[in-house]
Amino acid sequence: MLDMAVEGPKLLMLLYGVIGFFAIVGLLLLALDKVSGRRDRWVALGFLTPALLLVTIGLVIPAIRTFIFSFMDADSSDFVGLDNYAWIFTQPETRKVLGNTALWVVLVPTVATTVGLVYAVVVDRAKFEGLAKSLIFMPMAISFVGAGIIWKFVYAYRDPEVADKQIGLLSQVVVWLGMKPANWLLEPPWNTLFLIVVLVWIQAGFAMVILSAAIKAIPAEITEAARIDGVTPWQMFWRVTVPSIRPALVVVVVTISIASLKLFDIVRTMTGGRFDTNVLAHEMYVQAFDSYDDGRGSALAVFLFLLVTPIVFYQVRQFRKRRQEAM
Amino acid sequence: MSTVPVPVAEPATAVGRVRKRLTSRTASAISLVIALIWTVPTLGLFISSFRPEADIKTNGWWNFFTDPKVTLDNYQDVLFGTSGSSGRLATYFINSLVITIPSVLFPVAFCALAAYALAWTKFKGRDWIYVAIFALQIVPIQMALVPLLQFFNIFALEDEGSFVQIWFAHTCFAIPLGVFLLHNFMSELPGDIIEAARVDGASHARIFRQVVLPLIVPALASFAIFQFLWVWNDLLVALVFVPGADSTPLTVRLAELAGTRGNDWQRLTSGAFVSIIIPLIVFLSLQRYFVRGLLAGSVKG
Amino acid sequence: MASTTQRRIYALVGVAALALTAAACKGGDGTTNDNLSKPECAAFKDYSGIAGKKVTIYASIRDTEEDLLKQSWKDFENCTGVKIDYEGSGEFETQVKVRVDGGRAPDIAFVPQPGVVEYFAKGGKLKPLGDKAKTTATQNYSADWLKYATVDGKVYGAPLGSNVKSFVWYSPKMFKDNNWKIPTSWDELITLSNTIAAGGKLKPWCAGIESGVATGWPATDWTEDILLRDQGPQVYDQWVAHTVPFNDPKIISAVDRAGSILKNPAYVNAGIGDVKSIATTAFQEGGLPILAGKCALHRQASFYANQFPKGTKVAEDGDVFAFYFPAIDAAKGKPVLGGGEFVVGFADRPEVQAVQAYLASAHHANTRAKLGNWVSANKGVDLANVANPIDKKSVQILQDSSSVFRFDGSDLMPAAVGSGTFWKEMTAWITGKDTKAALDAIEASWPK
Repeated sequence: MLDMAVEGPKLLMLLYGVIGFFAIVGLLLLALDKVSGRRDRWVALGFLTPALLLVTIGLVIPAIRTFIFSFMDADSSDFVGLDNYAWIFTQPETRKVLGNTALWVVLVPTVATTVGLVYAVVVDRAKFEGLAKSLIFMPMAISFVGAGIIWKFVYAYRDPEVADKQIGLLSQVVVWLGMKPANWLLEPPWNTLFLIVVLVWIQAGFAMVILSAAIKAIPAEITEAARIDGVTPWQMFWRVTVPSIRPALVVVVVTISIASLKLFDIVRTMTGGRFDTNVLAHEMYVQAFDSYDDGRGSALAVFLFLLVTPIVFYQVRQFRKRRQEAM
Repeated sequence: MSTVPVPVAEPATAVGRVRKRLTSRTASAISLVIALIWTVPTLGLFISSFRPEADIKTNGWWNFFTDPKVTLDNYQDVLFGTSGSSGRLATYFINSLVITIPSVLFPVAFCALAAYALAWTKFKGRDWIYVAIFALQIVPIQMALVPLLQFFNIFALEDEGSFVQIWFAHTCFAIPLGVFLLHNFMSELPGDIIEAARVDGASHARIFRQVVLPLIVPALASFAIFQFLWVWNDLLVALVFVPGADSTPLTVRLAELAGTRGNDWQRLTSGAFVSIIIPLIVFLSLQRYFVRGLLAGSVKG
Repeated sequence: MASTTQRRIYALVGVAALALTAAACKGGDGTTNDNLSKPECAAFKDYSGIAGKKVTIYASIRDTEEDLLKQSWKDFENCTGVKIDYEGSGEFETQVKVRVDGGRAPDIAFVPQPGVVEYFAKGGKLKPLGDKAKTTATQNYSADWLKYATVDGKVYGAPLGSNVKSFVWYSPKMFKDNNWKIPTSWDELITLSNTIAAGGKLKPWCAGIESGVATGWPATDWTEDILLRDQGPQVYDQWVAHTVPFNDPKIISAVDRAGSILKNPAYVNAGIGDVKSIATTAFQEGGLPILAGKCALHRQASFYANQFPKGTKVAEDGDVFAFYFPAIDAAKGKPVLGGGEFVVGFADRPEVQAVQAYLASAHHANTRAKLGNWVSANKGVDLANVANPIDKKSVQILQDSSSVFRFDGSDLMPAAVGSGTFWKEMTAWITGKDTKAALDAIEASWPK
């Protein structure tokens, strides 16, 4: 069943990894103790060094490389100026890809956050709160591959003229309702919506957990005071709950928006970007990895980065505001 | 309370009671509907994984309730089969563990250190560094794969040593979001505690270890769970950084099953469940910690 | 308090340092003995001096096929003492580039696309075949086959497995019961299709082109197979080389002819649904309605035999079998569309070259053939070793000198087209896009 000659060295490696972790972190803390007492700048540098070193190697250098490659040809041998960017904007398909991407970025954060928030509010202090929450969180624990399999199974379709039984749940529900099922992943724009459902399904758990914790942290005096004032639950929700959990809402919306922008797995495993379901991050992958065109792939990556700058600016503003409030 | 009649308040409470009952009814209904939509797809997969191959392919899993036929063959095949066509998932399971554990430990430690410095030390350019790290979230990991591979070529890592690469890669990719999340908790810790410790002459290293760390342990646990889920479920990084069929994790193998075996639902369903089980256990057992962690983070001092 | 934590940290660091040193000292002891002197190893005596060496291979072949392949070089490994480390992945096409760019190229890759062989050869990543491998390859493979792995006059690899795509799958029993004859010309094929459609009991053709990321490839195979018949091999070659543009009237004519079957609601999609259902039916499932008696004809390559459930008899008198996809004008020869993978090396160490040489040899081709489920264009393959009737038929077609063999065109084109827009647009074409519009879009995407 398990061959220890094969598995042994791996487990040993795991042991080394854990020991290595304690060694590195231990040494780091010792070193920090030594520089302590001097000015904050040096101490801060000590605290930040591992993180900065890692992001420089793992993300900053690759980002710079991508930026340079976006001005070069397919195999990165010659500079071609803005050709790759021109290509993006002259592609007839680009408009569709951008439209779909916009749909993802608008729908996923709003729907997932709404569902997460509503659910967090209604199960708050309910009898089976723990269990109820685990049910919604469960999809977070499932990989994109697993989620793809689950939802392919839900969307499975058999032509009712040839097959008498459906194996996909959605088709069967439609049959039970007395209507005709359709080939769900084939017809735009509905197919994009069906794909969006999958990411909402995954991300709502994240939203719910964070928002639920924030709701529980609302000081009891505030809610009590509101209750004494005789506010309706509806007013309570809008005037007390939402304003109190604003910071948590921002974290959730920002994180899910970025995840939706970067999304490519669901599209790739479920439709391969066909039938007008393509999105920007998937097209980037297609260009760089399927079509062996680093230039276009990089240009799309840079474009993706530009799209996220509004979110970054928004985040900076929020962050500054909170700093000022705290002062 | 109900035994003591308060005539003046009576109508209001009556209305209140009706409304309360109504809202709690709608509330239960809403929560039930959401819970149902969120669980049924997974339930379908779970039931399917125990059904015989012929049944899975010819009719829907809901028929299980009227015609329950149970088999463990699918799991037997996927877990312990030794031919290349079977899953041999037990081995990949261990690989996933070896990959995941260090890939969770390192980011948690480094992100906590960085988040502390960004929240509680004072130096010029602090906000810019924070924003820069935050913005790095959008760098597509795909674009970082090749340069990172080239970087590793400096070292000669072979066989089991190649696990070091994937730990390193996962740690790099986790930092932007980790710093973002932990910084949020850390900056909302009560400032007077830290100030008091500073006045007492404690160094930052000591404050971090003895004051801050105990306070953010729950927050660290939450981030650790998220990181665990991401690494366990990752496909892309594993595909690139663990060469050799002997050390690939579960997700890669599952993707392979899905790819070659487009119509082998019996293997896919059981395989998917094997990969879900560990994250689910981790989540369920740490759940309480998790909620408290976020709770502690958002309490204002 | 502080000092105990500190002491603890020191202790941990010490232990860790010790452990890491121990890890670094772990030495390997490679066996360097071969078994070439043993009598059962006589066939491998030419491959001496590579004992204890390791060769890594990366390819897209996996699952049962992977097991058989590993088994086929087991004796070679045992006798020569070389260790072959094989890794099969469904993401081969994307990952091989990542690995090569990242400086982690495998020693050998089995590349099914001559276009990709050319890409890596021109980029200076591939090493030309060594002398011994080259001699073996030219001995066993026709110049037609080798030219697909030849770039700027240098031969980079020999084929390993091959397949014949010009097959139509059918049920011998269904044909017998209905008194249908196997069509030997295009006209007979269409007449038969019309007869079946007119019978009203079932539609004649079934198809499926869904294949995950590669969705669309079976439709490009259809197009190529028909182009080869409709316009002949010369136009086919010009089309592949892009001297005839993708939206040329000749190509449009061929695609429309494919459409006269694939997009004909009276013909498809038997046992599955309407025309559009072709796009969402997995290629693995596209021909299964034949077994269920719901479909009569399914055009798919020789390897489709593996898709039928265990216990299905694939033979002329069995449950399913395939006939040659007939020519339109028989006088111009017998067009055959096929594919295969090439054994190319990113390294040229002696052991790598030795493995390449062995994989090109007739000995390996026969060893692998004996294990079943395999087709090779290797001239040294003894038909007696090919047990499976459909494989036998394929090998016969490949060895037949009247066959006009052409390699799968999409594999010869630049990746942006061959595994990009061509697949994508043919899928869109199935779901309703007009022929001209689809071909215009492919033409526009051809790298300048």
